[in-house]
Amino acid sequence: MTPAIQIQQVHKRFGAVQALSGIDLDVAPGEFFGLLGPNGAGKTTLINILAGLVRADRGSVRVMGHDVVADYRESRRALGVVPQELVFDPFFSVRETLRLQSGYFGLKHNDAWIDEVMQHLDLTGKAEANMRSLSGGMKRRVLVAQALVHKPPVIVLDEPTAGVDVELRQGLWEFVRGLNRDGHTIVLTTHYLEEAEALCGRIAMLKQGRIVALDTTSNLINRWDGLYLKLRISGAALPAALAARVRDRRDAVHTLRLRNIGEVEGVLAQVREAGAQLEELELLQPDLEDVFVQIMHMEEGERKGGRDASAFPAPAAPHP
Amino acid sequence: MSGFGTLLYKELLRFWKVAFQTIAAPVLTTLLYLLIFAHVMQGQARVYGAVPYSAFLVPGLVMMAVLQNAFANSSSSLIQSKITGNIIFMLLPPLSYWDFFAAYVLASVVRGMVVGAGVLLVSLGFVGLSFEHPLWIIAFAFAGSAILGTLGLIAGIWAEKFDQVAAFQGFVIMPLTFLSGVFYSIHSLPDFWQGLSRFNPFFYMIDGFRYGFFGVSDIDPVLSLVIAGASLLVLTAVTLALLKRGYKLRH
Repeated sequence: MTPAIQIQQVHKRFGAVQALSGIDLDVAPGEFFGLLGPNGAGKTTLINILAGLVRADRGSVRVMGHDVVADYRESRRALGVVPQELVFDPFFSVRETLRLQSGYFGLKHNDAWIDEVMQHLDLTGKAEANMRSLSGGMKRRVLVAQALVHKPPVIVLDEPTAGVDVELRQGLWEFVRGLNRDGHTIVLTTHYLEEAEALCGRIAMLKQGRIVALDTTSNLINRWDGLYLKLRISGAALPAALAARVRDRRDAVHTLRLRNIGEVEGVLAQVREAGAQLEELELLQPDLEDVFVQIMHMEEGERKGGRDASAFPAPAAPHP
Repeated sequence: MSGFGTLLYKELLRFWKVAFQTIAAPVLTTLLYLLIFAHVMQGQARVYGAVPYSAFLVPGLVMMAVLQNAFANSSSSLIQSKITGNIIFMLLPPLSYWDFFAAYVLASVVRGMVVGAGVLLVSLGFVGLSFEHPLWIIAFAFAGSAILGTLGLIAGIWAEKFDQVAAFQGFVIMPLTFLSGVFYSIHSLPDFWQGLSRFNPFFYMIDGFRYGFFGVSDIDPVLSLVIAGASLLVLTAVTLALLKRGYKLRH
């Protein structure tokens, strides 16, 4: 079967910065695919190459089998992109914006579909409103609608929920899930790892222009060999011997890293010996964020010449 | 509608929605030139023997309005789209660089012609004019507005900030327009300046345009049209090459 997206050995350099170095990636039709990585990892560059906004120095990219340079008309018809920046044309209303976008794709008599998209995205009430008068969340919805006017089989969302309130985020994901159920291939970049975990079937992690992990979401999470022990104690402080395990601490509640379940006994014994009373205990499974931090960190270790001896990642940095 | 048709429609709608700024204001500005210069110069100058200065001035001003507005349309539309980022809406669809070029330039031609027609119509209320060769009038108005629309596209592609477009307009377009014989016949100039004017392509556009009204001109209108046409071809080739490469539009 032709992949929805096929990326082969793509390289791109901007001046002194090597943005992408040899990306290979296939996304199958119907997948919900996540593209994760810290800022500057090359996610947006890769999407822009897919969309024809940026040209690769080397390598080839195909959308539904159409080369994005040689068959740009077919590849662009197959692709809907929701850009990261909240852009709009202040001269037009929502309906005009969508009609124009539809017209750029050469579509005639598309009003029924435009109405349907507006309805799904709760834009009908604002159809005649000028783009300038819309809130940020509404403008974001119009961007989603614009990406859908030509019913593309492949939809790319570049950080669609950055700065979007919870309600809209929920609604947007509900809508995108529906599109995926209807057979659309979805590619998503986001900084909210819990979103990626909940939505994406498969994930690629990018760092400094390379793919450093590519697997199904569940395999990625299973790859993490540790787990967390959350303790509330009283009577004494946490013994110093456990300080290296602390991931975070809120008053008397400590979250400790464990390599495996067998370490629970030892940790509890140390707590008891220190004279502390155990008030509450909870075992936590790792999530995508732990894996993300670990993978990004391991990469660095490898670069320094040899994998880090410790199985534990450094204290989790804030979301990149 | 085709992609090209939609882009043309969008470009027309864009200036039509702000018609006070894009049509009414330039018409008024140009009429102020007419009022002031015609008043100051009336009776002091005769051109081509018998043509009163005010009558000589009108076609020059009309053409100036056509040229400036054609340039303003494509350059300001493109730079606005680049700076606000909504250019992406035109870069994502399967529009070819030909579609892009033709839509922007044709919209500029329409804007230039509409403003020019506005100036001409109102002027007719004050100044008697003849229309010796209407087809030449239309041919030169078309060539001139297409040339300036193309130049505006080049400026919009090249510029990264509004003030770069303004600089292009102030340091290239305005001098070439004002020194092209809008306000005078180059035969009234000293030899040096007369010679220099012949290197200004805008001079041929205005001279040829005037020929359409009076049937008299400084230069053979056929030569003027050939020069204007050649300029248009060269600029078109340059612009298409830039668009094809994606210069400053696709990285």
